[in-house]
Amino acid sequence: MAAYRSAAGFQRVLHAVKHVCFSKQRCGVIICRYSTVYDPTEKTFDKILIANRGEIACRVIKTCKKMGIKTVAVHSDVDSSAVHVKMADEAVCVGPAPTNKSYLNMDAIMNAIKQTGAQAVHPGYGFLSENKQFAKRLAAEGVSFIGPDTHAIQAMGDKIESKLIAKAAKVNTIPGFDGVVKDAEEAVKIAGEIGYPVMIKASAGGGGKGMRIAWNDEETREGFRFSSQEAASSFGDDRLLIEKFIDNPRHIEIQVLADKHGNALWLNERECSIQRRNQKVVEEAPSTFLDPDTRRAMGEQAVSLAKAVKYSSAGTVEFLVDSKKNFYFLEMNTRLQVEHPITECITGLDLVQQMIRIAMGYKLQHKQSDIPINGWAIESRVYAEDPYKSFGLPSIGRLSQYQEPLDLRNVRVDSGIEEGSDISIYYDPMISKLVTYGKTREEALKKMEEALDNYVIRGVTHNIPLLREIIVHPRFVSGDISTKFLPEVYPDGFKGHMLTAGERRELLATAAALYVAAQLRSQKFLGDLRVSVVPAESRQWELCVELDKGVHMLGVSRSGNNYTVEIDGEKVEVSGEWNLASALLPLTINGKHRTLQCLLRTAAGEITLQYLGTSFKLRVLSKLAASLSKHMPEKVPEDTSSILRSPMPGSVVAVSVKPGDNVAEGQEICVIEAMKMQNSMTAAKAAKVKSVHCKAGDTVGEGDLLVELE
Amino acid sequence: MNARGYSVNHPSVQERIEKKRQAALTGGGQLRIAAQHKRGKLTARERLELLLDPDSFVEYDMFVEHRCSDFGMEADHNKYPGDSVVTGQGRINGRLVYVFSQDFTVFGGSLSGAHAQKICKIMDQAMMVGAPVIGLNDSGGARIQEGVESLAGYADIFLRNVMSSGVVPQISLIMGPCAGGAVYSPALTDFTFMVKDTSYLFITGPDVVKSVTNEDVSQEELGGAKTHTTVSGVAHRAFENDVDALLNLRDFFNFLPLSNKDPAPVTECHDPRDRLVPGLDTVVPFESTKAYDMLDIVHGIVDEREFFEIMPNYAKNIVVGFARMNGRTVGIVGNQPKVASGCLDINSSVKGARFVRFCDAFNIPIITFVDVPGFLPGTAQEYGGIIRHGAKLLYAFAEATVPKITVITRKAYGGAYDVMSSKHLRGDVNYAWPSAEVAVMGAKGAVQIIFRGKENQAEAEAEYVEKFANPFPAAVRGFVDDIIQPSTTRKRICRDLEVLASKKQTNPWKKHANIPL
Repeated sequence: MAAYRSAAGFQRVLHAVKHVCFSKQRCGVIICRYSTVYDPTEKTFDKILIANRGEIACRVIKTCKKMGIKTVAVHSDVDSSAVHVKMADEAVCVGPAPTNKSYLNMDAIMNAIKQTGAQAVHPGYGFLSENKQFAKRLAAEGVSFIGPDTHAIQAMGDKIESKLIAKAAKVNTIPGFDGVVKDAEEAVKIAGEIGYPVMIKASAGGGGKGMRIAWNDEETREGFRFSSQEAASSFGDDRLLIEKFIDNPRHIEIQVLADKHGNALWLNERECSIQRRNQKVVEEAPSTFLDPDTRRAMGEQAVSLAKAVKYSSAGTVEFLVDSKKNFYFLEMNTRLQVEHPITECITGLDLVQQMIRIAMGYKLQHKQSDIPINGWAIESRVYAEDPYKSFGLPSIGRLSQYQEPLDLRNVRVDSGIEEGSDISIYYDPMISKLVTYGKTREEALKKMEEALDNYVIRGVTHNIPLLREIIVHPRFVSGDISTKFLPEVYPDGFKGHMLTAGERRELLATAAALYVAAQLRSQKFLGDLRVSVVPAESRQWELCVELDKGVHMLGVSRSGNNYTVEIDGEKVEVSGEWNLASALLPLTINGKHRTLQCLLRTAAGEITLQYLGTSFKLRVLSKLAASLSKHMPEKVPEDTSSILRSPMPGSVVAVSVKPGDNVAEGQEICVIEAMKMQNSMTAAKAAKVKSVHCKAGDTVGEGDLLVELE
Repeated sequence: MNARGYSVNHPSVQERIEKKRQAALTGGGQLRIAAQHKRGKLTARERLELLLDPDSFVEYDMFVEHRCSDFGMEADHNKYPGDSVVTGQGRINGRLVYVFSQDFTVFGGSLSGAHAQKICKIMDQAMMVGAPVIGLNDSGGARIQEGVESLAGYADIFLRNVMSSGVVPQISLIMGPCAGGAVYSPALTDFTFMVKDTSYLFITGPDVVKSVTNEDVSQEELGGAKTHTTVSGVAHRAFENDVDALLNLRDFFNFLPLSNKDPAPVTECHDPRDRLVPGLDTVVPFESTKAYDMLDIVHGIVDEREFFEIMPNYAKNIVVGFARMNGRTVGIVGNQPKVASGCLDINSSVKGARFVRFCDAFNIPIITFVDVPGFLPGTAQEYGGIIRHGAKLLYAFAEATVPKITVITRKAYGGAYDVMSSKHLRGDVNYAWPSAEVAVMGAKGAVQIIFRGKENQAEAEAEYVEKFANPFPAAVRGFVDDIIQPSTTRKRICRDLEVLASKKQTNPWKKHANIPL
């Protein structure tokens, strides 16, 4: 932080560039008002096809609209009423739901291009974005690919070749990496030569998908098996890569921008160390860790690599940075990154616009000295997943209520869904990218807290509890992070927010206020003369509130919208403008502003509140009901150790047991694939298999019975 | 001193009153109360305390005792003031209700002549003043010692159940055993709720079943909450335990009018009446063969997503229940495409019909969401009398004179289209969503009949789809009043209900109608 502030060069441009500000737009997507101008006289494409879906398709369409370019969306049949389809000027269905039949279906997409006369294709990220065949086919048809040319895609898409090129371009590379792997035993041999720990992943794969770490021979064999399977199913190419694994690294990447005339720029870094299972969760720009010299060194190496492969368009060079600020080239992503908005926020550039201009053959508008670091931006990836299971296992469902925190200033939400959208098993479970911006990191983080609290997502399980905890964790706030942040901070798994005594009181008081408001309203009948009037205002309420097996006696009194709640001798004042129908509860609790959400309120006194990101289950009962409840029988919960249920919706890839088999505790029973991720399901105890309720190829829902043990 | 020569203030009378009152309050005594608690059940009085507003209970007949003198019943220790039931009136959220609560601690809650008489008294008064009756059932059955007097008592209650039917709402909550003839009182009431694991309803218990039919069956399997809410359709809903059931009953009571002369209640509402529901524009899938959840539509449209579903686990191909629109109670009926394509069969027809008739009897507007591919074909249905039972739903919608609003969300095929609160059955406002298809049948079947033996079936099918698989054929004839954007449905229904609040419609005079039972 201090290092960054002292960077006089950046300070200068900070004043030169307009503040990034935000404007509310239709379709639930907000885009920065970029410092770059959209010159209507500059000739550009008439029509662009976006070969993608979801938020990134919407993101690209936004910029096309600003540039006056017509857009064509492609979609699978289940996506026919998706937001990106509605936003585009034209839409073409390219096949059924599975991605290999629709969004990866090159023939159908080529047809769509012909049919609509699109002159260029923006591939977004994922899908065909780094597919050289696709780029080639486009070139053959004379259609521009908004991205680098096939040579660069090929060179950088191959993990081994890319490192050789990087080495030649004098980019720091990871020691000891080598080899394409034929079988498990060869994997073990290579791993032995490099020395443990090693990392195993698909050669053709981008990001963290398919990446596994092995600390011994056994894990190498297992890693080989999983990675090759995943590589085959995701990329149709089962080549693998094994290399030295750098312990405790940061993941910091440099955004580059290069034109077709040999010019290239580095647009500063993005800190992406907060990951789970090697997938990014929270990103920020700039990084708290880099000093100007390291930043410049990384930027210059990134640019020299881009130049070495005659790169054009936007690209990202990923580095691992160790605790001594040594950095090693990891890979280059030859596409627009998911987390590109934070770079846009601090530089004021519209990367999609730049990509389109570059594809048109224009020279870069900026010089390196024009690129500022203006303020701080944080991105939280909001996923439909359960953060309490391995920091996030996919969940599906219909967004029954959905409201983005767009009335807040300096908040940008990139999403491709709306209220009523389905999160299905076919695609990535990302709901949106929530970006907040501030003059300082502190400001951006505060804004992120507020944005997460004001984000209404109902109908699917989401990871806001985890995001909300990460951004306030002392280690994160101080910038002391690495890619191992989550497992180190939550060694026993994420358990949600741990309440302090004061917070607990706030939560109890809010539940009590809600209960009383609901009770009072249930006595209000309009125009009914037969109702005897209870003098409600003067009433004192004695309530018993349960929270995590703790029971509290509360005294509540109310005047207007102000509730005074007495808990264990302490008074808590709850007030605010809210009603029982509002999704958000903007409250003032003992003078502090808090936004809570009421997720559930039943006649039997159950109240579920989202507070500080985590949802808490409470039960509010009158004193009488509470005292009578002690006679109620305990319901015996199902013994789950002998039952294996699917933790998420997905499809069964393999079943490794049959009835009568003896399994050891922890032994793999079956493998479930969801959203392109394979999950090994293991036995919770040593037992004999009683019955198997699934077979390879089955589609299963969350909670479906897979296997029963004796 | 009065004429008879003793003082009412005489200490011994005061003492006796106090003693009797104390005895009445402790029912069958501390031991039996402890036993009741051990079974996970509350006592009759605890239940009433929880059900009614604080301090609102007014008890009747606390001093009534049974009159049996056989088998030693006349002995003082066999007399319990109030006998085996607690009766009276009270308030739920300020609104009047008559209640009886059977006391299992006194002779196992068995029904004596006196017990029946107490229940009849409050039922008669409830009818006169126009207030609902809630019965909390927990009774071993007839008081065998009393013989025919007990049976007479049951019949007296049955008669009142029938006379009150359609006059005041009647609700039964089964909180313990309820066997033999006793089951017919809940069966005659409008709603029967049960408590899971601790309540049973059957004509004859497992022992008799074993001796007659040689079937081995447990109490729970024969007549537990699960059986009656999923298999038999006898009970309308089940709750976790006594406390849960009573708190839910308070909530449920707020939906009901006090009598057939009172309007459906209107509560304070915070959910904007003109709220748009954007999610509804995409809820119906493009492929007409794909299922969706009708509850997504219901939850989206009603106030605060609050829907009290009736029979949620029985005949799930139709959804019925209570909700509010701009604070006003409405009855919701909807085909459920997620289950058996939302077709009408015997069970769903009967479930729907009874619900529609309740709403009509008690001035509750009916909102119907239609996505129905037709009646379920097959021998099981035909032999079971789908014609007779399907007619019940048709009958119920046709005779109903309360405000009727219908929204065709997708399919409205064949006779089932007519049945589902169509314009032809006096629907007041009938809407179609753009995804609506009103036709005699689906395209494939229709083309096979119209163009039998001809080639170009695919072309013919396309023509049929073009002509009929849309809302226009119904709209041009005025069978639907408008084709509406789904997201505006809530706003329109709220407005229509306000207009229809003053609706007056009467059926021709008759002694009573003859629904095809």
